[in-house]
Amino acid sequence: MYHDYDRAKLFTRRAFMLAGGQATLVGALAARMYYLQVVEANKYALEAEGNRISMQLLAPPRGLILDRNGVAMAINQHNYRVLAVPEQTPSIDYTLDQLSRIIPLSDGDRARIHKDARRHRSFVPITVRENLSWEEVARVEVNIPDLPGVVIDVGQSRFYPLEQLGAHILGYVSAPSEADLGNDADPLLELPGFRIGKSGVEKIYDPALRGKGGKSELEVNAVGRVIRELKREEGQPGINLTLTLDLKLQEFAAQRLGDQSAAAVVMDIHTGDVIVMASTPSFDPNTFNRGLSSTEWSELINNPYAPLTNKPIAAQYPPGSTFKPMVALAALESNSVTPDQRVFCPGYVQLGNFVFHCWKHGGHGSLDLVGAIKNSCDVYFYEIARRVGIDRIHDMAVRFGLGSATSIDLPGERPGLIPDREWKRTAMGQPWHPGETLVNGIGQGYVLATPLQLATMAARIANDGYGVVPHVARDAIVGTEAHRRPPPNWPSLEVSHASLAVVRQGMFAVCNEPGGTAYRERITEDGMWMAGKTGTAQVRHITAREREADKKNEEIPWKERDHALFVAFAPVQTPRFSIAVVVEHGGHGGSAAGPIAHDIMLEVQKRMLGIIPTMEPG
Amino acid sequence: MMLPLAPRQPSHFNRTEMTWRDKIWQINWSLIALITAVCGVGFLTLYSAAQGSLEPWALKQMLRFLLGMGILFLVAMVDIRFWMRHAYTLYLVAMVLLVAVQIRGTVGMGAQRWIDLGFIQLQPSEIMKIALILSLARYFHGASLQEIGRPLFLLPPLIMVLAPTGLVLKQPDLGTALMLVMSSGAIFFIAGVRLWKFGMLIASALAVLPVAWSFLHDYQRKRLIVFLDPDSDPLGAGYHITQSKIALGSGGIFGKGYMMGTQSRLNFLPEKQTDFIFTMFAEEWGMVGGLFLLALYVLLVANGYAIALRCRSQFGRLVALGVTTTFFLYFFINTAMVMGLVPVVGVPLPLISYGGTAMLSLLFGFGLVMSAYIHRDVQIGRRGSHED
Repeated sequence: MYHDYDRAKLFTRRAFMLAGGQATLVGALAARMYYLQVVEANKYALEAEGNRISMQLLAPPRGLILDRNGVAMAINQHNYRVLAVPEQTPSIDYTLDQLSRIIPLSDGDRARIHKDARRHRSFVPITVRENLSWEEVARVEVNIPDLPGVVIDVGQSRFYPLEQLGAHILGYVSAPSEADLGNDADPLLELPGFRIGKSGVEKIYDPALRGKGGKSELEVNAVGRVIRELKREEGQPGINLTLTLDLKLQEFAAQRLGDQSAAAVVMDIHTGDVIVMASTPSFDPNTFNRGLSSTEWSELINNPYAPLTNKPIAAQYPPGSTFKPMVALAALESNSVTPDQRVFCPGYVQLGNFVFHCWKHGGHGSLDLVGAIKNSCDVYFYEIARRVGIDRIHDMAVRFGLGSATSIDLPGERPGLIPDREWKRTAMGQPWHPGETLVNGIGQGYVLATPLQLATMAARIANDGYGVVPHVARDAIVGTEAHRRPPPNWPSLEVSHASLAVVRQGMFAVCNEPGGTAYRERITEDGMWMAGKTGTAQVRHITAREREADKKNEEIPWKERDHALFVAFAPVQTPRFSIAVVVEHGGHGGSAAGPIAHDIMLEVQKRMLGIIPTMEPG
Repeated sequence: MMLPLAPRQPSHFNRTEMTWRDKIWQINWSLIALITAVCGVGFLTLYSAAQGSLEPWALKQMLRFLLGMGILFLVAMVDIRFWMRHAYTLYLVAMVLLVAVQIRGTVGMGAQRWIDLGFIQLQPSEIMKIALILSLARYFHGASLQEIGRPLFLLPPLIMVLAPTGLVLKQPDLGTALMLVMSSGAIFFIAGVRLWKFGMLIASALAVLPVAWSFLHDYQRKRLIVFLDPDSDPLGAGYHITQSKIALGSGGIFGKGYMMGTQSRLNFLPEKQTDFIFTMFAEEWGMVGGLFLLALYVLLVANGYAIALRCRSQFGRLVALGVTTTFFLYFFINTAMVMGLVPVVGVPLPLISYGGTAMLSLLFGFGLVMSAYIHRDVQIGRRGSHED
């Protein structure tokens, strides 16, 4: 029995050791529990919520774009889609067979649907067809009892009812690119089918038009099935954007430009409202939303008439004689010439070894400033440009909005170019030639301007020297909010009214005095008379031989023909509107651009006069 | 609690031949109460796991509990010497069954573990857990300390352990194999085997570890690797551990509330009614609930210790502690596993996880503990007969 006593004692000791070991392990369990459920509890609680809750973004409706009269230019269209939920049908093929009796389904569609169905869980709806017509929707709806698993869903897609009209100002929407995703943290961009503005006001006002996404918090289980909606936060629809454009006039201008490669801009000289901004040829922005085929794309890109370019702001032309008012103002303001001083034009002028021709063989004879503008005499302007010097011409042109972007609310505006000595030294590393002053003094050479800049220039002449800036959005859009624009309070350009009056008189003579370069394009309707300036811009150097041959425009290849330009304002007594028309390779400004400007300006006034502008410039 | 520091005096009535009436008087009701409490937690949790339904788990589990309790009482009523006499027979039967599943087993969960008897799926490894405890207890019951000191004397029990362990490993059931080895180790330990011998054994075990690694199945190796670095495979094998930790941690101190566990309700938690039921419980009841359950288990184990210490026979002591230790290993490995402390080895939470065989074999085991308690003063001879 003694050994039994020993054994029992040993057993007891060992049992206590074992119990001690087990107690230690239990302690470890309790410590672990404390660590997980107290120390790390917040982290895991977050992760559990992340597991449980799936955020679904609700796309806000994109703001509409309207013209100044409230006519819709960009709207959202219901996009009817047929979806199929694989788990709700005995066989997806059966459902598709049934469906194909109602709406056409290609083999490609079927293959894609099967692929999608394999990739997703069986409760995820698969898109069968998009953009169904009303009739198709109705037919599917009626047959729903025989179509297991079929659901009709309404999404929204951007639609431009006017198609090509105003396309350049509107721009277009399209799926965000990789770069867009990188630059813009808005989670809406990740939504399948979401579109963002890619050009025009769709782009520049994209944040305001886009609105704010809503949120739906969904409780999902481990396989992703939605159990219920926990919370719904409605988004904020994009604001409706009203433009300053008048669609009727825009349409008129576009038709008037026809199928030429041309641009026309009409703006309010006091407010800066752009009433017409036409660029031909145009494109249909709906195709971008839908997705372009590569042939469509290459056709657009390779078209020599550049349908995608918004020419009023993105095409730069030598302004030709339309630049002469700037030279005249620079000369008057620097007292290099008085309105009454006359210059004799023998048809050419010699400077050093170079001969500079007037456009008129044989010359204009003796001319004062008004006469020189009226006849667009090159020799007169060679002379006063030489007297003023390029730097002062540059200063005056810059004051009138040339040489830098007007900062209109549209993307892709180009700055044009007004040279001076400094510019030539930096850009070309060469000193300025006196002869270049002559060439640039008639708007050739280095000088470049966009049609919008020319319209702005004309507006600033017409409004007696105030720095009006053009815009296309009626309201000032700050971030995602629209505020009414404050009454215009443009800075004075510090140009004397007398000088401006002389230049305006010259422009009046161009249109309204017999012999003026645009006399044939005058407006005769009472109170609508127009004052303007023609321009013909050479796109290549004319050799002496060609000058002798005096070729007709039609005999030259299109690409080498002159650009035709015209700038004007109206009505002459109390100006309200300015216009710039450029017809690329259209020939002579007076004959190619003038009639268009005449027609548009007349139409603008007929439609808009009597509507008093809200504010006079301060 | 009385500690058997001295040989106990024979009590006032005859412990050698007890009547049924005597035995029923001797039932340890606190053991019954604790078992019932733990199982009750199980029913509640299974009810919640089915999202507030007795089907498909809670009701079945209750029926099994009733059956198991019946078995417990029957086993407890049987004289402890009967169990000792038939320990080796039971062991042999279990061995035969283990070999049988090797030969023609039903393939379930990628492992051959069951023999389908029609009404119940018999898991021979569960029988082996009991049989091994009984056999080792019988072997060491008759051994003096001198004998235990002889290495050769330890060879038969070592073979007794390793033979079924090898078979179970081959099934492959890493969890059960580990439990067989560890609970046997505990019996060796309390029987008085010297500590340095354990050291040698562990050292040689470490030496054959690379060999063992080659025997492991790919999924077992993967589990071990993923245990060491759960983030290496957050959506694959590590998913279980990660989701389990999220469920536990998000429960916090007071839990999400009964039937409100999001991880389990939304199926992020795998196997929530079986191996990961502790996670589900702790998600809904928080650390407070988890510690409560842990406390119940500890009380149950402590009760086992108390019973073992009060037994007069070495056999009774070893059986009581063997079963208790097995039970401890069950809940320790399971909870440590779901908390990411040890690899996922597929050990259920004892008396709570849904499943028939584990429940029945555990209650059978507690029946033996109860029998040891009821017959605690019975003196047993070397071969299980009455000692004169």
